Amino acid sequence: MRKIEAVIKPFKLDDVKNALDSIGIKGMTVSEVKGYGRQKGHKEVYRGAEYVVDFLPKVKIEVVVEESMAESVLDAIREAANTGKIGDGKIFVLPVEDVIRVRTGERGKEAI
Amino acid sequence: MEQIQCGDTAFILVSAALVLLMTPGLGLFYGGMVRSKNVLGTIMQSLIMISVVSLEWVYLGYSMSFGPDISGFVGDLSFVGLKGVGAAPNPDYAPTIPHMVFMIYQCMFAVITPALMTGTFAERMRFAPFLVFSVLWAVLVYNPICHWVWGAGGWLKAKGVLDFAGGLVVHLSSGAGALAAALVIGKRKGYGKEGFMPHNLPMTLLGTALLWFGWFGFNGGSALAADGIAGVAFTNTHLAGMAGMAMWVLVEWFHRGYPTTLGAASGAIAGLATVTPAAGFVGPNSAILIGLIAGVGCYAAVSSKTKIGLDDSLDVVGIHGLGGVLGTLCLGLFASKAVNPGGADGLFAGNSSFFMTQLFGVGVVLVYAFVVTFILLKLVDAVSRLRLNVEDEVQGLDLSQHSETAYN
Repeated sequence: MRKIEAVIKPFKLDDVKNALDSIGIKGMTVSEVKGYGRQKGHKEVYRGAEYVVDFLPKVKIEVVVEESMAESVLDAIREAANTGKIGDGKIFVLPVEDVIRVRTGERGKEAI
Repeated sequence: MEQIQCGDTAFILVSAALVLLMTPGLGLFYGGMVRSKNVLGTIMQSLIMISVVSLEWVYLGYSMSFGPDISGFVGDLSFVGLKGVGAAPNPDYAPTIPHMVFMIYQCMFAVITPALMTGTFAERMRFAPFLVFSVLWAVLVYNPICHWVWGAGGWLKAKGVLDFAGGLVVHLSSGAGALAAALVIGKRKGYGKEGFMPHNLPMTLLGTALLWFGWFGFNGGSALAADGIAGVAFTNTHLAGMAGMAMWVLVEWFHRGYPTTLGAASGAIAGLATVTPAAGFVGPNSAILIGLIAGVGCYAAVSSKTKIGLDDSLDVVGIHGLGGVLGTLCLGLFASKAVNPGGADGLFAGNSSFFMTQLFGVGVVLVYAFVVTFILLKLVDAVSRLRLNVEDEVQGLDLSQHSETAYN
């Protein structure tokens, strides 16, 4: 199993969710996060003084899937979140040891 | 006994209430511009002046400011505890309203002046020494300057210096004091490294609205009668406020690329502060010019403070200090006896000596307020440290000084 963490531009969340929906992904966890990479921060102006705000608002999506699904999930996210501009985000892929459904106690891919 | 006019009395009572409203309004104006951990402490520094300075005013301030003159410098103690200040008018100041109405109207000016100064040392002063400093400042800076400029027998008044509603007495005294305070207390922790961004600009805009509304009482009421001069002052107040707002927004739009709401609020306050000394002495076109000058002048001052490394946190020097100077000097240019026969003619009406008189008034008030504030702060600091310790400064005024948080 794989956990896929994607940090994307907030306005792309709906597109990414729809893309994942259409390839049969049934659930995900989403959080509002802040960060920066090559895009760096942005500027705000107060009383003629410019302030550089380092951390930009981003959205982090976490999805756990069977290994065989991982590539199609990565493609779906990359396609949906891409604007071609700097700051589109990053996707991380991590191995997952086990998954447990709290209600039934099912384990492994049954629990995804 | 002089004849009390009920229209004048009603107008000044309402004006006093309007000016009172400006102090909590100023608290909101400043409160929105600080970080969220300091918002209550910042509002409190304005709000508590209502108690502290009103008490001082009744038992000392009013008499020092408007009591019978001692050699041009200060009033004597005849009016301490408001002795003899009652229903009968005081013809030296306002012959058609009760003396007590004049007294309470002036009280509101004394209250807001030290509150204005708090913006310069925002986010880093301990509450107890702040209170002590504010009382001493009211006694040693506000009261004497008020007497010199407005008191019967005051030496600047005798020289012909004019200040309709407080360009010298309120704005320059607090602005020059703020310059001293910013130097004595030093920069906030993280200055130049982190951005100190406003946490709630809608709060600042609400404060702006209350200040603008109150300013009609501040300037209009300074006619001390519900007459034509009050109408002129009221109109000029509005015109300078709107011109200041328009100008600031235009200048920053060209300079930085965006018209900002904080810029609109700041420009309005700059225009209102700058027209204050001139409000009842100039015509409406001059008031618009004064507002435009304030918008560009104060914007330039505020944007250059970082270059000299002065942490005048909420721009008391750049807006009130400079506004007081510009307004008092503009009065020297634009004053017109055609508008107010009780005023003067300025440079553009062919009277250059009046401009020099105003310049002299600016110099005296600036130097006196700066020097005395500087010494006062050093003295208070020696007895009880002004500055928060680093841990408290990082935690914020709200928790460390008042054991509260604004937002839960």
